[in-house]
Amino acid sequence: MRKRLIPDIDYRVPSACGVTGIMNQKGELFSGEAIYASICNMLERGNGLGSGFVAYGIYPELKDYWCFHIMYENEKAKENTEDYLKRNFGIKHSEPIPTKKVKSLKFIPLLWRYFLGIEKNVESAEDYIIKVVMDINKEIEGAFVFSSGKNMGIFKGVGNPDEIGEFFRVPEYKGYIWVSHNRFPTNSVGWWGGAHPFGILDWSVVHNGEISSYGVNKRYLENFGYFCTLSTDTEVITYLFDLLVRRHKIAFETVGNILSAPFWSQIERIENKEERELLKTLRMVYGPALVNGPFSVIVANSSCMVGLNDRIKLRPLVAATKGDFLYISSEEAAIKIVSPQLDKVWMPRAGEPTIGKLM
Amino acid sequence: MAIPKKLREFDVVRDDEKCIRCEVCCRMCANDVHSYDAETDKVSADSAKCVGCHFCEDVCPTEALVIKRNKSQIKRNANWKNDALGNIIKQANTGGVVLIGMGNDRPIRDYFGHIVLNASQVTNPSIDPLREPMELKTFIGSKPDRIELVEKKSKIKNTTEIPPQLELETPVLFTAMSFGSISLNACKSLAKAACDFGTYWNTGEGGLHKDLYPYAHRCIVQVASGRFGVDREYLKKGAAIEIKIGQGAKPGIGGHLPGEKVSAEISSTRMIPEGTDALSPAPHHDIYSIEDLRQLIFALKEATDYKKPVGVKIAAVHNVAPIASGIVRAGADFVVIDGIRGGTGAAPQIIRDNVGIPIELAVAAVDQRLREEGIRHRASLIAAGGIKSSGDVVKAVALGADAVYIGTAALVALGCHLCQRCYTGKCNWGIATQDPYLTKRLNPEIGAKRAYNLLRGWSLEIKEMLGGMGINAIESLRGNKEQLRGVGLHEKELELLGIKHAGEAW
Repeated sequence: MRKRLIPDIDYRVPSACGVTGIMNQKGELFSGEAIYASICNMLERGNGLGSGFVAYGIYPELKDYWCFHIMYENEKAKENTEDYLKRNFGIKHSEPIPTKKVKSLKFIPLLWRYFLGIEKNVESAEDYIIKVVMDINKEIEGAFVFSSGKNMGIFKGVGNPDEIGEFFRVPEYKGYIWVSHNRFPTNSVGWWGGAHPFGILDWSVVHNGEISSYGVNKRYLENFGYFCTLSTDTEVITYLFDLLVRRHKIAFETVGNILSAPFWSQIERIENKEERELLKTLRMVYGPALVNGPFSVIVANSSCMVGLNDRIKLRPLVAATKGDFLYISSEEAAIKIVSPQLDKVWMPRAGEPTIGKLM
Repeated sequence: MAIPKKLREFDVVRDDEKCIRCEVCCRMCANDVHSYDAETDKVSADSAKCVGCHFCEDVCPTEALVIKRNKSQIKRNANWKNDALGNIIKQANTGGVVLIGMGNDRPIRDYFGHIVLNASQVTNPSIDPLREPMELKTFIGSKPDRIELVEKKSKIKNTTEIPPQLELETPVLFTAMSFGSISLNACKSLAKAACDFGTYWNTGEGGLHKDLYPYAHRCIVQVASGRFGVDREYLKKGAAIEIKIGQGAKPGIGGHLPGEKVSAEISSTRMIPEGTDALSPAPHHDIYSIEDLRQLIFALKEATDYKKPVGVKIAAVHNVAPIASGIVRAGADFVVIDGIRGGTGAAPQIIRDNVGIPIELAVAAVDQRLREEGIRHRASLIAAGGIKSSGDVVKAVALGADAVYIGTAALVALGCHLCQRCYTGKCNWGIATQDPYLTKRLNPEIGAKRAYNLLRGWSLEIKEMLGGMGINAIESLRGNKEQLRGVGLHEKELELLGIKHAGEAW
């Protein structure tokens, strides 16, 4: 269907990358300059084929509305999508996403944002939004919703992080969680939607890695009504978090024990029987949700930022704190450029989630 | 009139210079092929009696013997081959049904042979199983689709009840082979190997002999249409119960252990009078539809206080996916699918060779169907029938199986050379026989060691393959069709298997 313009929707593109995230755990807003500086100190980890940012707390005056960031390949796609949105939502406000001209960027799609209220009677607003986003992305040719939460937004495209950050005027926003990604895909791609962060509802995920268990995870998620249409590994992680945290109400700490489950040999060594049985049960029931292969991810939603590694730490991840700030990044250098004097710096162990929560 | 003799299948070739006249072949061959004439000091062979089990070849101390496939051949004919002719001659002689043992030997497409695996390069590091943990632990049983956790005093507790599970250290189990179809020593060998390695063995429809009680905690007890050996104690002793509906080698028909084989030991184990035929009817006479199966499943669960998984074994037939779905909905904790290459101790050859479908297609279809219906987690899936190597295990798991059953492979480890004459009771290797002279050749300690070695070797190989794919736990392979590619398969076959063709990227 969309073969010509966006080749990587038809192929799964493995990529290796740089990730970085900053959170103020008191929820105080700070400008995007910090994240911009952080990701730009890791240009080496990308190859100009994708980067992006996500920020939480950037739309305080419209915080009760679902904010969709949508990219269009053409006017027709925009018309069709807006018709669809009008039928399904009350549109509080819509506008083009403000951008600055950056000469080196190519294939720039039409970029719009919409602030939407659900006027229908729906059982679960979240499930409704997921359905709508999947509908648009699957059914409307040339349209792609790449951000769909409240009081947060994803900005991404094909280019280096300095270019993309400048293009979307990232330093001008203020948020309390910022996460960014620099991409090194192993296929040449020209589609802006293929960049990270990937998001659904207020979830966002940036990911460095390749998931060998993709085939299992994808089919497992289908059982619960998630259909992986984008063919990116990252999509799978996002849906797994939504399924486990939002729908199955499992705490982040425990989700770490599912996605990067401890080894049986580690479980056997645990002395407390209840704890041992719980870990065993988690692996038994959620085996298909185990994410195998090298990865480091930063996952965020409105109240948390979580860093997680694969079970044998095949990709780098470092964390640090300074006052109320939590930093998670692929490289310490990307943290120190923002905050040279840190309270604490550590390497999270394989499979051990690093969790930042709003206090 | 001149009566055509049975077509000779093998030639026994003896190197007279090497032969030292020790007569071991003469004493050992249960088919009386070899004989020694003291007058001429010659050992000679009646090749027409040879079944090709290669026992004499293996025990000959001077390697004087070679068993070769037949020289006597009919005129070349693309349609009429020796086996077709041979069977007609047999039937013209007897007017009976032609019996056979072991699995289908026809060139029905081996899909495993047309599937290749993936390995990591650059973007994803392969994992060295000698340096990193590599996990094959597998659970067989029904799983809830989610669990409810509650936090109490900062401790997280699971409040969801988890149905009973079998815990396997490798995704390979020994399939159902009854005491009767195989010797007690063969049963012991497999039972002990299963216990030592941490997997399970299966009684088949032969009951549980007292000598096997020490291995009962890792035994799946079968309840088949003859109900042989089934009582409360039998059900309680096993780790799980398997209701046998069908078998890959003989879908749709029952079984028959001739009365002459029903010795005192077998009679007491099967709970039937000595010397009577043990007839397993084709259907269970209390199961004429799926609702009846449900009753039996729950009767067995009731009898064992819901403490043991209860599974159902069926042969892979055309409608296998909807049938499996019905079985899961009827309450089975695991479903065993036995493909057309599945083995047997005795079956009519016409059935073995012509009925059923390959396991690869059946597993893919069942797994897909259960997922589409959202009930895949409710039962484990065990694939059986024609698993010849660890490569086949990996492929079966990637196609959607939780584990595989092996039968023939395990017997080969004990000495079997697939002569396909299990039904004669004259197995020189001491496996498919009850003759004490023959069974004592199989030492259960050594047999157990060999079967254990097989499990160990395959498990090591599975770990190597997993590591190559960048996977360190078997659950990340289960149903992971992205790791498979077809070679030389047409579009419909690929579609049914749910895999891409080699050359296609992700």
